[in-house]
Amino acid sequence: MSTPLIEVKGLQKSFLVNKGWFGNNKYLQAVDNISFSIGKGETFSLVGESGCGKSTTGRLVTRLLTPNQGEVWFNGQNITQLNDNQMRPIRKEMQMVFQDPYASLNPRMKVKDLVAEPLLIHTKLSQGERDKLASELLEVVGLNSFHAERYAHEFSGGQRQRIGIARALSVRPSLIVADEPVSALDVSIQSQVLNLLQDLQEQYGLTYLFISHDLSVVEHISDRIGVMYLGSLVETAPKDELYERPLHPYTQALLSSVPVPDPSLARERIILKGDLPSPVDPPSGCRFHTRCPACMEVCKTKVPVFQEVEPGRQVACHLYDEDVMSRN
Amino acid sequence: MSQQSTAAEHHSSGGSGGEAAPAKRKSAMAEFIRKFSKQKLSLVAGIFIILLLLVAIFGPFLTPYDPDAPDYDSMLSGPSMKHWAGTDEYGRDILSRLIEGTRLSLAVSLSAVFIAAFFGTILGLLSGFYGKWLDRLIMRSSDVLFSFPDILLAIGIVAILGPGLTNVVIAVAVFGIPSFARMIRSVTLSAKETLFVEAARSMGAKDRRIIWRHIFPETLPSVIVNVTMKIGGAILAASSLSFLGMGAKPTEPDWGAMLSMGRDYLSIAPHVVYFPGLIIFLTVLAFNLVGDGLQDALDPKMKN
Amino acid sequence: MEKLLEVEGLKTEFKRDGGNVMAVAGLDFHINSGEVLGLVGESGCGKSVTSLSIMQLLKGTPGRNAGGSVKFKGTDLLRLSDKEMRRVRGKDLAMIFQEPMTSLNPVLRIGKQLEEPIRLHMGYNKAKAREHAIHMLKLVGIPRAEGVMNDYPHQLSGGMRQRVMIAMAMSCHPQLLIADEPTTALDVTIQAQILDLMKRLKEERSMGMLLITHDLGVVAEMCDRVVVMYAGRVVEEAPVKELFENPQHPYTQGLIRSVPKLRQKVRRLESIPGNVPDLSRMPAGCKFAPRCPHVMPQCLTAEPELLAASGDASRKSRCWLTQETELKGGTGA
Repeated sequence: MSTPLIEVKGLQKSFLVNKGWFGNNKYLQAVDNISFSIGKGETFSLVGESGCGKSTTGRLVTRLLTPNQGEVWFNGQNITQLNDNQMRPIRKEMQMVFQDPYASLNPRMKVKDLVAEPLLIHTKLSQGERDKLASELLEVVGLNSFHAERYAHEFSGGQRQRIGIARALSVRPSLIVADEPVSALDVSIQSQVLNLLQDLQEQYGLTYLFISHDLSVVEHISDRIGVMYLGSLVETAPKDELYERPLHPYTQALLSSVPVPDPSLARERIILKGDLPSPVDPPSGCRFHTRCPACMEVCKTKVPVFQEVEPGRQVACHLYDEDVMSRN
Repeated sequence: MSQQSTAAEHHSSGGSGGEAAPAKRKSAMAEFIRKFSKQKLSLVAGIFIILLLLVAIFGPFLTPYDPDAPDYDSMLSGPSMKHWAGTDEYGRDILSRLIEGTRLSLAVSLSAVFIAAFFGTILGLLSGFYGKWLDRLIMRSSDVLFSFPDILLAIGIVAILGPGLTNVVIAVAVFGIPSFARMIRSVTLSAKETLFVEAARSMGAKDRRIIWRHIFPETLPSVIVNVTMKIGGAILAASSLSFLGMGAKPTEPDWGAMLSMGRDYLSIAPHVVYFPGLIIFLTVLAFNLVGDGLQDALDPKMKN
Repeated sequence: MEKLLEVEGLKTEFKRDGGNVMAVAGLDFHINSGEVLGLVGESGCGKSVTSLSIMQLLKGTPGRNAGGSVKFKGTDLLRLSDKEMRRVRGKDLAMIFQEPMTSLNPVLRIGKQLEEPIRLHMGYNKAKAREHAIHMLKLVGIPRAEGVMNDYPHQLSGGMRQRVMIAMAMSCHPQLLIADEPTTALDVTIQAQILDLMKRLKEERSMGMLLITHDLGVVAEMCDRVVVMYAGRVVEEAPVKELFENPQHPYTQGLIRSVPKLRQKVRRLESIPGNVPDLSRMPAGCKFAPRCPHVMPQCLTAEPELLAASGDASRKSRCWLTQETELKGGTGA
């Protein structure tokens, strides 16, 4: 296998949430010991519930945040400690699409300037050349070039997300990090945008890091998927294997919780007990043990190792730990 | 509850049919004028200010008498058909002097406020955007300035620089800077967290671009509102300094100086004080009302 | 079966930009007792406005009822006075919202908020109301019910708050529960808990429910019958199974096809082109015509009525296509 486009090793990030008086500061463990890699042209998705750290991971990968520990490699280069100036040429290669198409577009800028902003930052093109490219990009994402002179608030949610995509596309990046790009959209519009993302991937050979809470959307768009729970990756697997045979108990519960639009389907549902624990004070041992239907004694004390259990599949669960299981 | 349903409505109106909605396309200016005109009191105040500005510009053509020409035959005479606002202790026409003084008083306060706005905005942007030691430095310095009573600080500055209108402008500007810096800093702090600023960052935009292209426009409405609100205060401060004899020379037709000169004759000819006092009061009030109106009209959260 | 709620020709207007727009333009549907009716549609279709109209909660919004009737067990709610309506609301008719935080008072303890309607509607004294409130909290699966009584809303998680809202709604044994996107703000595993709870409570109390949602998965799991709304109108009504197996209206078809489904394995999703029409600039004729793949000339000029399919009164559709084939079928026979 050639070098992956993105490789993330042991990423860790915590945020100070409460400054204590006597040095007893409280930290929120947003991301803890995350490792994955994304091959060129691949779509890798991070899926999980709110507060699982998937968005933070996306921002660590694009270096909008700097990890406390761990490394981010992009195209064979360690970018973990690069400063803003050193990052700038790399940012041309990695663009983001955001969840909220209302808030991520500056309301005071015309569409053509929004779309061409990365060009202004990264190229020496003239205003005229940028305008021309912006018009072309608008056509590529299914809008009209005459939309260029308008402001973002004149568009519907789906159209705005198209503008956001056109903007990300403008500098021909190799990686697009899409943070919940369709979750603010209505279903009929959502499918338009998903199709567009897939078309563009084919057309431009894009690599996607796709972040979402919606398992149906993730299944549709991904090649490989990583499932996160409370700041950690619990399982990564190729799409089909994950959905056909989820290994981690959390993945199993998550998949069984998704309401399926088919009333004739009778399903065995795993309903998890309790709420998500606070990431400020995560449970000891396996972070999922408080809600896990298959919890064992060892899970309460020992953190399971995230390891490969089958070719291409990693899981962090004692159920798949041969040492633990052979002792029982 | 009402929030919910209006949110639903906004959503539906946002989902304009098929293509972008040309009917919805009102220019920002037209929208602003529509909202501002709804505030009747502010509108009246705005017209008053426009009149003042016209007076300031065309003052010399409007004065019924030469504002500096003494008339020793009618000293300290009260309002009459001949002298609508009466005459002062040298028999000069007070109305003419007020008209002539409009230019001076507005020039002093406007330039002071614009200088304060200029430096205050820059400091506020830098302080809010970069945070850390720069923020602490700027904010602590403005705390120090804040801890002086406004006028005392201005008096101190004029005392050091010496009297004169230029120094009044500097003094009033200096004590206006901290409030601008603070306000712009707080707007900057929230603008810095918006998604479109993060988006700009993710694109690789330089700080300078983020500050000027993305954050500064967000602060602009606050700057404009604050400018109008501060003009009233600046007029008062400049007048106070003149009243204390630290600003305009007694011979100059500055409103504050006129008030100051008139106080000796308060018991025998109160009109000498009333008219300058009245015009200062009305002007300050008008600027504050316009500021209120602008605040409501420019607030993006107050749709309709 | 007894009709618990019967909505006929309900119209709701909203003031906007100087003019009036019709957010809900003549709605007809009913709910039988013990039945879950799903009200489905995308944002702006008028489904939330409908629930507010039924509950008479439009006051303080730019909206107002502009006609029609909402009969709850034979009484027209739209004709009740504010005082009479208050007696119905919270007792026989209860409602839960998408974001429980907006409907819970942030400065009052949960206990107080729960007890108040119980004392008002059930006539219990303080001690008995408190006991009942704790019972309700236990019923909705809140582990430390006594403790939660003394908590403020912000101290609870989203899922817990929604449970409290459900406990509050259920506390006076309503006959009809209106749930407006009750699980949209929740995570999937928590959503599963809440849906499970709502299903259980509905069974135990044989209560009618109007479930408003955009999520077809939730509809399929929860509802007995479904009403699909588009642009302030009902475009299709059907029992849930029939709706998913054989949707009649092109909008319903498009909606169902555009949702990605687990294990579906399609290369491309189908989608509905274009956007929902703006309320102030509705197309003439069928409101879905500009986006419809089967559009015919007559669709652009005349709006079809919501008509029952031949031989099956439970299925209705507002489309020239189905009505035309019926016509042809009629002549053929």
